[in-house]
Amino acid sequence: MAKLRQCAIYGKGGIGKSTTTQNLVAALAEANQKVMIVGCDPKADSTRLILHSKAQTTVMHLAAEAGSVEDLELEDVLQVGFGGVKCVESGGPEPGVGCAGRGVITAINFLEEEGAYEEDLDFVFYDVLGDVVCGGFAMPIRENKAQEIYIVVSGEMMAMYAANNIAKGIVKYANSGGVRLAGLICNSRKVDREDELIEALAARLGTQMIHFVPRDNVVQHAEIRRMTVIEYDPTCNQADEYRALAQKVINNKKLVIPTPLEMDELEDLLMEFGVIEKEDESIIGKSKTAEVA
Amino acid sequence: MVTMNMNRDEVQQLIQEVLEVYPKKAKKDRAKHLAVNDHSLEQSKKCIVSNRKSLPGVMTIRGCAYAGSRGVVWGPIKDMIHISHGPVGCGQYSRAGRRNYYVGHTGIDTFSEMNFTSDFQERDIVFGGDKKLSKLIEEIEMLFPLNKGITIQSECPIGLIGDDIESVAKKMAAKSNKTIVPVRCEGFRGVSQSLGHHIANDTIRDWVLHKRDGDHSFQGTPYDVAILGDYNIGGDAWASRILFEEMGLRVVAMWSGDGTLPEMELGSKVKLNLVHCYRSINYITRHMEEKYGIPWIEYNLFGPTKIAESLRKIAAHFDDRIKEGAERVIAKYTPLMEAIIAKYRPRLEGKKVMLYVGGLRPRHVVGAYEDLGMDVIGTGYEFVHNDDYDRTIKEVKDSTLLYDDVTAYELEEFVKRLRPDLIGSGIKEKYIFQKMGIPFRQMHSWDYSGPYHGYDGFAIFARDMDMTLNNPSWSKLKAPWLKAA
Repeated sequence: MAKLRQCAIYGKGGIGKSTTTQNLVAALAEANQKVMIVGCDPKADSTRLILHSKAQTTVMHLAAEAGSVEDLELEDVLQVGFGGVKCVESGGPEPGVGCAGRGVITAINFLEEEGAYEEDLDFVFYDVLGDVVCGGFAMPIRENKAQEIYIVVSGEMMAMYAANNIAKGIVKYANSGGVRLAGLICNSRKVDREDELIEALAARLGTQMIHFVPRDNVVQHAEIRRMTVIEYDPTCNQADEYRALAQKVINNKKLVIPTPLEMDELEDLLMEFGVIEKEDESIIGKSKTAEVA
Repeated sequence: MVTMNMNRDEVQQLIQEVLEVYPKKAKKDRAKHLAVNDHSLEQSKKCIVSNRKSLPGVMTIRGCAYAGSRGVVWGPIKDMIHISHGPVGCGQYSRAGRRNYYVGHTGIDTFSEMNFTSDFQERDIVFGGDKKLSKLIEEIEMLFPLNKGITIQSECPIGLIGDDIESVAKKMAAKSNKTIVPVRCEGFRGVSQSLGHHIANDTIRDWVLHKRDGDHSFQGTPYDVAILGDYNIGGDAWASRILFEEMGLRVVAMWSGDGTLPEMELGSKVKLNLVHCYRSINYITRHMEEKYGIPWIEYNLFGPTKIAESLRKIAAHFDDRIKEGAERVIAKYTPLMEAIIAKYRPRLEGKKVMLYVGGLRPRHVVGAYEDLGMDVIGTGYEFVHNDDYDRTIKEVKDSTLLYDDVTAYELEEFVKRLRPDLIGSGIKEKYIFQKMGIPFRQMHSWDYSGPYHGYDGFAIFARDMDMTLNNPSWSKLKAPWLKAA
């Protein structure tokens, strides 16, 4: 058995991390890879397409019911879905109370201590909350956890800002923990020259655009049925796109410490591609009446 | 015996030499916290900086905001239950550790030596602890229905996870019809326990003091006073109270040593607030002055000189009856004090003392030592602010060495160079200096003795200093083979 590869998927909120991850994982499963998904988001929607469920019962909710996380067994929290994919959700509080970051830490520690990763597995994918607001959400990239980070990105400005910030986070942990950036997955929003833009961003970050996933409504059609494209319509073009991504991930050897861009560099890049316009310094801080005068 | 005390230049020179070993940045920082006392200064800010974040290397005798609220200001209120809200350790390790004496029946009308905690687990951090807190308060009401009220003392995680303890307090107070006080004294706030005192004071203002506004049922007298900021260590507040009562005042409240919630609520009704520990209680004292027009006065009941001064100063706020009462009390105890001084002064005369305590005693006990002919040559505080040093520069002799939030290294060096005959500080310092062969008294806990306040306290103070300093064991410290032949 090959060595277990632990991967984490990051990216701006709403970019399509969970959908991309589950379609990728389904394609990997189809290619006879043994995969586990660990959802690291209190919303607990990282496994619904694999399990056809609304939201999986999470580690933290089960722990709260049982008294403490020590009272749980691995089989209580682990469910198996499409293609034998193992699914776990860390879970956490409703918005506005408690500490979701601590929930991620507790859940991942639990999985490690219970030996969830010792079984016959080829891949673990951590699907992480969009905004790495605190240390808890950086947990998957700390020592002995995910070694490969894939960033889901599109040609929109904020998505690229977020990708660059995540790259900064990776640099921080790269030296102590050996985590590496493995590539950008472009989840297309049909922005002009999007592929070139993301290729350029990837080059600046010292990484690759591992795959360009085109936009296709079949993804939404599958999602309504709580299914991945691979399962819902295995013959469609989009399914082949995810299969291509899966093959590239399997064969990916390009793991780098990224070289994040300074703010100015990033803005220059965005300007080059016409995503943003050059700032007019003379109007900064001027009210409408001041401008007229 | 004449002591060879250092003059101003020599003390300044000593500070420079001690600072010499520090790296540049630390040296610059620490230099601001060390000073030579100068009576010509009106304000201490000209010579010393205080209430700043500690540097690595201090003996870390400072506490945290939780300690300042749970341990100092709120803890001694004996008829309330103080919940240590968070993981179990903070409450358990601070349980009943302070010698704030009180009378009452534990579990019935006093709860001071018990530990009430929400005992946070992972799930409480992740999902928030508000529900658990409500449940805990319900359980308290069921098990200890005679409690007068509850305080919620926040440990660090409460502030980190953003629990809404105020809304829990309001909801549960409406249910039980009792006072429930949420205190945001998370330990990471501020640089020392001092912020905890302030936060605790503010909660008394916001959740307690107004309870009897508009209630005129209290039968007041012109002689009603409250003792504020005496925590009754070893019975200090009791030894003070009897003097005030003997001079004709009516003590209607003590905060918070041996104190109760109803006494705190009476706060708005008194004629004069008598302030012992200025640092920990001045905030609420000033508030009462603003809101209710209650004047306040600081007093010092360490040693007969300061006692007489203070009793007269207090009496000056009242009519002749009280002024005569003060004189009567002073006259009554003077022969006793003279006897004590006659007995102990010859054994202690000229001995040099260095102090390093919390927020009041580094200046307050100076007079008591001087009554015994002793000389305080160095003093410093853990956590005070500059208004305390303003008071200190007047209380201690010119050219006294002053050290703020002193580091272990600095204190040891000062002691090595000044060679005091006695050091008064805390448990962490005690054994270091005893091993250096220097007599030592704990001045936080009175070394499990006390009281030291009032006339009764001075008798004990004098005896304790004598038995420590003149203990025959000090002459046995040198190994026989090291003695000169």
